[in-house]
Amino acid sequence: MIERLLSLVKEVDGSAEIVGNAFPPTLSVSRNALPDAARVLHSSPAAYFDQLSCVTGVDNGPEANTMEVIYHLYSIPFNVSLALKVTLNRDNPEVESLCSIWKSANWLERETYDMLGIRFINHPDLRRLLMPADWEGFPLRKDYQEMDTYREVKVKY
Amino acid sequence: MSATTKNDQLPDPASASEDPSSFAYKESFGSSGLIITKVDNLFNWSRLSSLFPMTFGIACCAIEYMSTGTSPYDMDRFGMVPRATPRQSDVMIVAGTVTFKMADRVRRLYEQMAEPRYVISMGSCSNCGGPYWQHGYHVVKGVDRVIPVDVYVPGCPPRPEALIGGILKLHEIIRNETLINKQS
Repeated sequence: MIERLLSLVKEVDGSAEIVGNAFPPTLSVSRNALPDAARVLHSSPAAYFDQLSCVTGVDNGPEANTMEVIYHLYSIPFNVSLALKVTLNRDNPEVESLCSIWKSANWLERETYDMLGIRFINHPDLRRLLMPADWEGFPLRKDYQEMDTYREVKVKY
Repeated sequence: MSATTKNDQLPDPASASEDPSSFAYKESFGSSGLIITKVDNLFNWSRLSSLFPMTFGIACCAIEYMSTGTSPYDMDRFGMVPRATPRQSDVMIVAGTVTFKMADRVRRLYEQMAEPRYVISMGSCSNCGGPYWQHGYHVVKGVDRVIPVDVYVPGCPPRPEALIGGILKLHEIIRNETLINKQS
């Protein structure tokens, strides 16, 4: 199944490949080809991933200087799970939003932005989701430094 | 035929028509019905006997708080009826994790309560940050950084018995207050 999906994605992104050996099977795609790959996986009758279950981000730290965004897809008619992974430059973590394909991407991408500061281009409403609007920094980054005070309340223990 | 004697005119303690709970009262105060006490004591007693808590819970401690209100623990026996507005509440039970986002709301709710007002901090999170004390960037390390706290109830979460213990501690605080020299 995963090979068939890989060949489907390879039509739009020649550099796509299978990564790891975990569940769900994971394909890595390049940053620029992500919207096309997602659209193919969403619309192709052979795949039909009609549900975006989860979007998560990973910070690999300043040393590796990369960030990752992982999209968990699920095909209800075929009962198949798949994850898409894009690797971004940590200095300028930007990737195209998938809101136009899956509506559920809206809040999931907002959360990823809130926690890691990954910007989603063409997102309709890219605000923080969990943290207060005037919060400084992105808490799940490896080099995150807590504020001393937030609204005159000491943050550290 | 029943004979009428002088004794029949007096109230008979054993007669079924009289409430037995009034016997001790009659014994203590005689027939005058008069009690002499300090105004402070009377006011404090009446205040502590009907502490209305605010219907307010922000994490798992709220589940135990709700249990305290159920019939096995019966918060109502202390005259505690949860109120749905801070304006009618005497005590705020901070039951759960106070995040920085929530801290503003907690402070505003506290400020909306009429004085005299009391705060019970329920559980480790609102006492000191609890399990989030080190890596919880989003958690206020103790609600006492936001509002003054009268009683801390330890536990994670505290059982209803522990919360009742905290309520009784608050009763002790109120019992020793005086309206002339107000503490808070």
